[in-house]
Amino acid sequence: MSIITVNDLLKVFQIPKRKKGFFQNLTSLFSRDHIDKIALDHVSFNINEGELVGYIGPNGAGKSTTVKILSGILVPNSGTVNVLGKTPWNHRIEIVSQIGVVFGQRTQLWWDLPVIESFELLKDIYNIPEHRYKKTLDTLTDKLQLAKLYHIPVRQLSLGQRMRCDIAASLLHQPKILFLDEPTIGLDAVSKLAVRDFIRQLNKEEKVTIMLTTHDMDDIESLCSRVLILNEGRIFLDGTLDTLREQILPERRLIIDLLNENETISDSAALVIKQTGHRVWLSFNPTTTTAPELISRIITKHPIRDLYVENPPIEEIIAKFYRDANL
Amino acid sequence: MKGYLAILRGRLLALLQYRSAVMAGLVTQIFWGIIKIMILTAFYAQSTSSEPITLSQAITFIWIGQALLQLLPWNVDKELEMQVKNGNIAYELLRPLNLYGLIFSRALAMRLLPTLLRSIPVIILAGLFLELSAPVSWAAGMAFGASLVNATLLSTAMTTMVIISLFWTISGEGIQRLIPHVTMLLSGMVVPLPLFPEWMQPFLNLQPFRGILDIPSRIYTGVIPIAEIHYYLGFQLIWFLFFVASGKYLIEKAMKRFVIQGG
Repeated sequence: MSIITVNDLLKVFQIPKRKKGFFQNLTSLFSRDHIDKIALDHVSFNINEGELVGYIGPNGAGKSTTVKILSGILVPNSGTVNVLGKTPWNHRIEIVSQIGVVFGQRTQLWWDLPVIESFELLKDIYNIPEHRYKKTLDTLTDKLQLAKLYHIPVRQLSLGQRMRCDIAASLLHQPKILFLDEPTIGLDAVSKLAVRDFIRQLNKEEKVTIMLTTHDMDDIESLCSRVLILNEGRIFLDGTLDTLREQILPERRLIIDLLNENETISDSAALVIKQTGHRVWLSFNPTTTTAPELISRIITKHPIRDLYVENPPIEEIIAKFYRDANL
Repeated sequence: MKGYLAILRGRLLALLQYRSAVMAGLVTQIFWGIIKIMILTAFYAQSTSSEPITLSQAITFIWIGQALLQLLPWNVDKELEMQVKNGNIAYELLRPLNLYGLIFSRALAMRLLPTLLRSIPVIILAGLFLELSAPVSWAAGMAFGASLVNATLLSTAMTTMVIISLFWTISGEGIQRLIPHVTMLLSGMVVPLPLFPEWMQPFLNLQPFRGILDIPSRIYTGVIPIAEIHYYLGFQLIWFLFFVASGKYLIEKAMKRFVIQGG
């Protein structure tokens, strides 16, 4: 069942045009020219209940604009949006009480107050019944290991601690949809893994629909079954990680450890992309030659110690996509 | 309602962290009070005609003013001001609360907490050592309390209005330079309003700032007789309702033309 439906969404920002020179600036006091910046250019997509969707795209692609429109705090120029059966900007208060939003770059907690105090305030703001609040809080405390943090003022928390608290804060009212905007930004490896694990669990066990915006491709790779790629306000791709691979960078990598150093490998269907001593990196397209074929051709010609096949890392795919898109 | 009270509580608790800064102003306020009283005393000594209020009443006006300085709508919440400027106020909309109520709750915390922290020591010190008289009667004391509640509401609505005006001005410098002076003068903080020239009285009696300081002071000192109190409490409430209604109207308008930048 579709929980978010976006149809033909258009958002144009008007940016005042700055002119050069004193006189020109003076005239702009009276008549101001605007440049239209199209943030979302007829965007349409659907998200089903229980999905965990990665929403990615370069800076300025319109990701945050989408999240703001979906949560009802920004009104689009045209198009229709349906979140939980409602148009968000007409029913902001209803919608925001059923969704959770986490912005990695800012906190929704009270900066000067101990964490638990912020949670108590949120309890009242979202009008959460006492027994339900206690239950949710206990579960979150346990899963995110918050017990030790409760009496520390938010400003004294480390980034990873703060992020865990922020995620907990966004879930106290048990939202059906969670928007995560760069939840792992700036976190160390351990915190990142903890946050990821938690997000995965939340999606699997509590069936919370999650839309994840990120620049961290490991987030996408380890969490999302589906990705939406946005570029210059348009949906460029909507599909699984595998479709993304096939469409943008269909190559595979074959990595070989040779027995003899600096042997030269040549194969018509593969390309040597790197060689250091014993190790050779080959790239090939699985539609022109399969991995077993390529491997058998090579081992007949060269003695080898070890080999393995891998997909190019998702970063490379996305980087290639961004480069292509900008051409 | 619970949600707005939570915003108020959160803000009170946050402001309480800076209680030493609030208390630091105490000495300055006592000092200013003494200077103002010295000037008034000299002025009364030279005066040949009779004044609208007695010297002892005027001194009480001064001390009530010194105690309630922070209640006047002379400044805005810096944090909120920044949020309006950089558009982050939009994120406040992620809470299931309306924006007017949210700003009002924060403004109320900002008026209430420093006033409570400072007024009590000022009243005690001035009452013991510096010629602050007691309320003229028990009834006047009670009415003074009621008028203070109204004054707090009125001042909060005015503070909220100043913040809302920032949606239009962006820098807000101009209005913020102007507001403290206008507030101090028209509320009777600089010179008690009864001592202003007679020809200004009709205007002074109608403008909203008098509801914050002048009306409570007049009730306390008995310049306003008990029988007429309902009229003055009504005056405060009417201005309060006026500021709430126009604030709500303006914020609706602001929201429509709202552009949230960045992201």
